[in-house]
Amino acid sequence: MSILLEVDHLKISARKDDDNLTPIVKGVSFNVARGEVIALIGESGSGKTTIALAALGYTKPGLEFTGGQVRLEGEDVITMASDQLRALRGQRVAYLAQSAAATFNPALTIGEQVTESCVLHGILNQEQANERAEFLYRALELPDPDRLGKRYPHQVSGGQLQRLMAATALCGKPDLLVLDEPTTALDVTTQIEVLKAFKSVIKQEGSAAIYVTHDLSVVAQIADHIVVLYAGEVQEHGSAEQVVSHPGHDYTRRLMHAVRPPPGAGQGEETSSEHHREAPALEVKDIVAGYGKTQNGIPSITVLRDVNVSIERGHTVGVIGESGCGKSTLARVMAGLLPAAQGKVLLDGETLKPALQRRSRGELQKVQFVFQMADTALNPRQRIDHILGRPLEFYLGLKGKEKRRRIGELLQMVELPQEFAGRYPEELSGGQKQRVNLARALAASPEVLLCDEVISALDSIVGANVIELLKRLRKQTGVSFVFISHDLSTVASFADEIVVLYAGRVVEKGATDAVLSPPYHPYTRLLISSVPELRVGWLEETMQTQEAQAGIDRVVTLTDTGCPFFDRCPLAIKDTCDRETAPARQLGAGHTIECHRSEAEFVH
Amino acid sequence: MSDTPTPQNTNSAIQFDELPDAPPKRKIKLSLLGKIGVVVLIFWAIVVAIGPMIAPYHEADILDEELFIVPGSDEMYPDTDFQPPSKIVLLGSDYLGRDTLSRILFGARTTIGISFIATTLAYLLGVLLGIAAAVGSKRLDMILSRLNDALLSIPSIMFALVMIAALGSTIPLLILLTGIIYATSVFRIARSLGQEVMVSDFVEAARVRGEGLWWIITREILPNIAMPLATDFGLRFVWVILFISALSFLGLGVQPPMSDWGSMVKENLPGLIYGSVAPIMPALAIATLTISVNMIVDDISAHTGGKLAKRMIA
Repeated sequence: MSILLEVDHLKISARKDDDNLTPIVKGVSFNVARGEVIALIGESGSGKTTIALAALGYTKPGLEFTGGQVRLEGEDVITMASDQLRALRGQRVAYLAQSAAATFNPALTIGEQVTESCVLHGILNQEQANERAEFLYRALELPDPDRLGKRYPHQVSGGQLQRLMAATALCGKPDLLVLDEPTTALDVTTQIEVLKAFKSVIKQEGSAAIYVTHDLSVVAQIADHIVVLYAGEVQEHGSAEQVVSHPGHDYTRRLMHAVRPPPGAGQGEETSSEHHREAPALEVKDIVAGYGKTQNGIPSITVLRDVNVSIERGHTVGVIGESGCGKSTLARVMAGLLPAAQGKVLLDGETLKPALQRRSRGELQKVQFVFQMADTALNPRQRIDHILGRPLEFYLGLKGKEKRRRIGELLQMVELPQEFAGRYPEELSGGQKQRVNLARALAASPEVLLCDEVISALDSIVGANVIELLKRLRKQTGVSFVFISHDLSTVASFADEIVVLYAGRVVEKGATDAVLSPPYHPYTRLLISSVPELRVGWLEETMQTQEAQAGIDRVVTLTDTGCPFFDRCPLAIKDTCDRETAPARQLGAGHTIECHRSEAEFVH
Repeated sequence: MSDTPTPQNTNSAIQFDELPDAPPKRKIKLSLLGKIGVVVLIFWAIVVAIGPMIAPYHEADILDEELFIVPGSDEMYPDTDFQPPSKIVLLGSDYLGRDTLSRILFGARTTIGISFIATTLAYLLGVLLGIAAAVGSKRLDMILSRLNDALLSIPSIMFALVMIAALGSTIPLLILLTGIIYATSVFRIARSLGQEVMVSDFVEAARVRGEGLWWIITREILPNIAMPLATDFGLRFVWVILFISALSFLGLGVQPPMSDWGSMVKENLPGLIYGSVAPIMPALAIATLTISVNMIVDDISAHTGGKLAKRMIA
């Protein structure tokens, strides 16, 4: 194989306000051969995106090249003039960003956007480009390839948009593709579909690719070679097989450790039963909730239907499901942010008012909400001590020295240094902000913490640290958790009970071990089988299973009648599943599955 | 960057007094441009305070011809209008033969004073109602916004013209009118900024905590929209100066013989033909004042996160 791209002792530095240079990339070298996929892997701040962008001769504002070369077929792209670079980008090297939804212009059709760059570069004329695009839609296994180009971005799903991004990048037949975390923001089921499409199309087109990610199990599926980065230096470099099965460097092992094992029974930590009391800490009964105008107790867009969940004192209930399944809506109903149209929310056995404005301060104090995005959940104009101090003052009436002492304790609780009290949120990293976010909720001394995707935005090592912290806090404080996540492995390692939501209905619930061991609800099974495993070849095997073939590449649709999972279910019974609401089957203590199929028929 | 928390002394006896008592306030370091802006602004503030005292003539004085008689010349009645700068008139004289410098020194008080008070009034009204519309009920938002639209749809000069014709031109009326007219645009900005912050997670977090509306407005929303509003204040201030100048030109604003910079520019425009500096000097005064205000505002916003610039572009 001939060498396409050579990265040779690349050095990139950041220029600070005081004109000092801080090295970000410290002499990185690797080669990319034609038709080969190289993965750059590392946690945030390791410089992986910076290096990948250097292949386009680009640095983010504030950064500059300070040494080394990046040669594309022998030509150094760093020293290229801007008109040469313009010809290079989008034509010979194409870049695929993380969020497709933000990259597509909602006002233009998909076809126009996919073909725009290669027509603009004069590689193809419009007609050829349209043909090429259609060919790519087929190669990427997109639905309805003949007419897809005429549709608008909002008419296709997130996973499809992500593949369309790939079509855009590939349309001009680039030599090199740079993919920046293209599946990180996707649900597991969508992630598989996108990975599979990427893999086959890259092979088919014979173009080389640089794949940037922090997720080792994703890399194992798609890369030929892996470059492990830490703090701007290469820690390990080798074939995918070798790095995954025989990691040579400590840091690689740490990364592998942060990859959570595939979900299975027996991972949940039993919480002590000393906090047990009669009434559950928090309970929702027969909740119907949604958005829009409510008529006769039915909102015009009904998200949740007949949802029953109870959280025992000191227990952790994990809520899982793909995006659009109503997980966040459930948390918002519990917190009172979204008053339910029907049903009750009970705290310590007492009915709470649906809307939070009507709840008493004491009731509010007991249920605290931890928001998903710590970046936006902390007021950028308030110092950390103000952020943490306010709930102390508001709920507990603490003032002065007492308050400051408690702020210190809270910071220590979430393992942050004391001097952070005087900082502003923007001076903290993502993981640190998430800790402050947690500390603010803990400041109220709550009984129930509602955690909405609290680690989804963090990379794997930071996320694993936060989970460890949560486990410790649970032991220390005896707080009950509602832990919402689309990541089944995280939930499996943290929750005592699991509630599987699909299209606003609870399709399965029970103790973690019961839910994650057969018999499964078909949807649970799909979710479990979609979590990437850390071994080469997993992707191909999974795509053979019937769950994957039936259930992947579909969007969650809310339905009024029948079982909403009907159209993705390999076990669906025509004329029954799509018409009648599935009965709840009791399988052992507290374990229910809502399905028309009987226990014996579930896949074991 | 990495999240590994700094390993602190994990021995159980952590001193919580270590918590810094008064966390250091963030200082805004002004760049050179910002410092220049501050100097210019201080200069004009001093002029507003003592201008009339140091002015060589009164603003309404039409200078004597005798002053301009060149010794040794037999010209007994020299021109006094549009004279070039000299020892007698440091910045030249205007179309009626009045001293430009004195008129600028007197006019500073009128121009800056009226504009500043009017802009402040516009801000008080606009921000108050704008935030009320952003956080209040849909119905309140509807009422306020439609009223605002109605007011916006009336051409501002026409509106002022009618009001002044009916009520007579006085400085308090001028300030009130300008304040109301400019409050409409401030309202729109404050409302949209407020709405943007209102839906952010940290406001939602405050609502879940059970905070009242007043707390949310003063602690969560206002600090986050203060910078864009301050920048806009600088721009709006400039527009107000120009608006009042326009009114003065029509004879509806500041009444002669009181001077203000805007009308000085307009009344002396013919002087440009004779190469007179009379229209240039007040224009320079307006320019230095407005540019310095904007330089300071830009500088502060660049140092507080720098996100403002992006938001203003978007």
